[in-house]
Amino acid sequence: MDHKNPDTTVNDLTPSVGAATDVAPLGHAAPKPPHEMTAAEDSQPVDWSGVTRMPEFRAMLRAKLRFIIPATLIFITYYFALPVLVGYAPGLMSRKIIGTVNLAYVFAFSQFFMAWIIAALYLRAASRFDRMEHEVIEKALPARKETE
Amino acid sequence: MALAMFLFFVGITLVITYWAARRTSGSNAFFAANRQIKGWQNGFAVAGDYMSAASFLGIAGIIAFQGYDGFMYSVGWLVAYLTVLLIVAEPLRNAGKYTMADVLAYRLSPRPVRAMASLSTITVSIFYMIAQMVGAGALVALLLRNSGISYRTAVIGVGVLMIVYVVFGGMLATTWVQIVKAILLMSGTILLSILVLAHFGFSFAAFFEAIGHVTYHDQGAVVVKDFLQPGLRFKPPYGALDLISLGMALIFGTAGLPHILVRFYTVPDAKTARISVVWAMGLIGTFYILTTFLGFGAATIVGRDKIATGGGTNMSAPLLAQSLGGDLFFAFVAAIAFATILAVVAGLTISASTSFAHDFYTNVIHRGTERRPGEEVRVARVTAFVVGAIAISIAILLGPNANVAFLVALAFAVAASANLPVIVLSLFWKRFNTLGSVCGLATGLFASILLIVIGPSIMGVDAAGATATARHLIQSPPIFPLENPGIVSIPLGFIGAIAGTLLSREPEAERKYDELLVRASTGLGAEKATG
Repeated sequence: MDHKNPDTTVNDLTPSVGAATDVAPLGHAAPKPPHEMTAAEDSQPVDWSGVTRMPEFRAMLRAKLRFIIPATLIFITYYFALPVLVGYAPGLMSRKIIGTVNLAYVFAFSQFFMAWIIAALYLRAASRFDRMEHEVIEKALPARKETE
Repeated sequence: MALAMFLFFVGITLVITYWAARRTSGSNAFFAANRQIKGWQNGFAVAGDYMSAASFLGIAGIIAFQGYDGFMYSVGWLVAYLTVLLIVAEPLRNAGKYTMADVLAYRLSPRPVRAMASLSTITVSIFYMIAQMVGAGALVALLLRNSGISYRTAVIGVGVLMIVYVVFGGMLATTWVQIVKAILLMSGTILLSILVLAHFGFSFAAFFEAIGHVTYHDQGAVVVKDFLQPGLRFKPPYGALDLISLGMALIFGTAGLPHILVRFYTVPDAKTARISVVWAMGLIGTFYILTTFLGFGAATIVGRDKIATGGGTNMSAPLLAQSLGGDLFFAFVAAIAFATILAVVAGLTISASTSFAHDFYTNVIHRGTERRPGEEVRVARVTAFVVGAIAISIAILLGPNANVAFLVALAFAVAASANLPVIVLSLFWKRFNTLGSVCGLATGLFASILLIVIGPSIMGVDAAGATATARHLIQSPPIFPLENPGIVSIPLGFIGAIAGTLLSREPEAERKYDELLVRASTGLGAEKATG
């Protein structure tokens, strides 16, 4: 989308003309659907910089980063430990630990569960982010709430 | 029998395409299935889009021939989805419209950024597509060799089908072809794994015992190897480094694959995008764990000797099916392989044509306005046709024995070195600007291509007896020692992006960062579902 000129009304951000839904409903009773808004209406429904200063927004961003950064570091470390150990410590990795199964296979197998566990933890944390996000939106869009 | 199953599957997909074509009108419908795909549906579609013949047949074959090292591939293909889940999927859905370039163009100068992003997207898609088509042709000809279908007929057939799905049915048809394929692939794999376990009396101990003593012939001599032992594929001096480099390309490349990224625009909102990634991770992880049974099963039950004479590594899974479940099951697994290829090439076709029509035609050439209603979709349909025709021609020119595995490595390397750095920097670095994004994309793209060309996939000295098609393209010792360039090209992509940024100032881009940040992290003003 071209956002170079946010203050000109000719620069429609959503040029999806031709869609069946592009036919405007007659009259002005209902609020405009998003694809009919002009650039000014659509791109500046909120004061973006104002939102970034809201304490709710900052708290949400902090909460997200506090999960995402450690989770990313953990999974990258855990994953790359596999090729590094297999490549540079083959003796250790071929030690048999469960019957005939060696450490290399068990470690590789554990990666699947590591991925699933992190995904599950993220899913749980994200529902908290969704609630925080909802608060931010409620507060950022007081004018829109009345029309809904 | 296999042919009948192939035709049955083709019939189903054509019905889906007909149904989808009647519901597809307008850009949102064609490019993004009106953003009404449900979370679990998109999860299946992502899995169907992602797991190519290289996974189903290729990994089973590598494990059957090289044991544990093949299983290392399986791990990377799943863990890569954590990058998609944690970093890319939700911001992309919130801030974009149809392509990854939408997110970049948000606060940067749109024309140069979109032109470069479109070039990178189309390069990745076409390379990946050619690899799939050559594989498809060889495979279909092999699976259907009793029906008299040649390599050329098979390539044209696959190419025409993918064009039909995309041109007539757009994203909706592509999505459902991928969902059907994912269901078929999962059920076939689970069934095959159960049969393998049944063969060993449902005893894991007996199964792993057999893997410890795989017997085959190598140049006349009998060899017994422990297939759980690492090092059968990745050998010193560069094996370990190549393995790490491959891991980097997978972990950072998957989140930059254009045909995966476009899938997140088909769901109503970021939350659904997140749920669909988790569904996809469940499916993809289950599948790759089961490659243990497919690959090691083929190694122990069928044996390397029989696979080598029965069509080579790629035939491992189908031959395993034949020896465990007879001709009917062979036909079923062959049809799954066929479905797998079709779903992936359809996904590649739609992502390439979306990028050309939306990024290049509408936004670069015509500066963001459609001159006539429906023009963008029309251009995308023509592009799908052209891209398909190019892929068919190149695949026929290369022939069935061409070594195309490096094209897949190249696609991942470009996605990881060109696309991912600029996506991440654009979302998380306020100072990032247009020059940085163009430099990053260009450095990542060209470094990946160059390192592949001077690496052992293209350069090498063959023994005098090697057949013409299996020969290296350049007969001289490789300059770059690794098959996977990621470990060098990914840092280069980041360095290019950062250096380009620091060399220029763009206050407008910094000013609009607040807007992108709020949009990407809250979904305010995100594209809504329509229709």
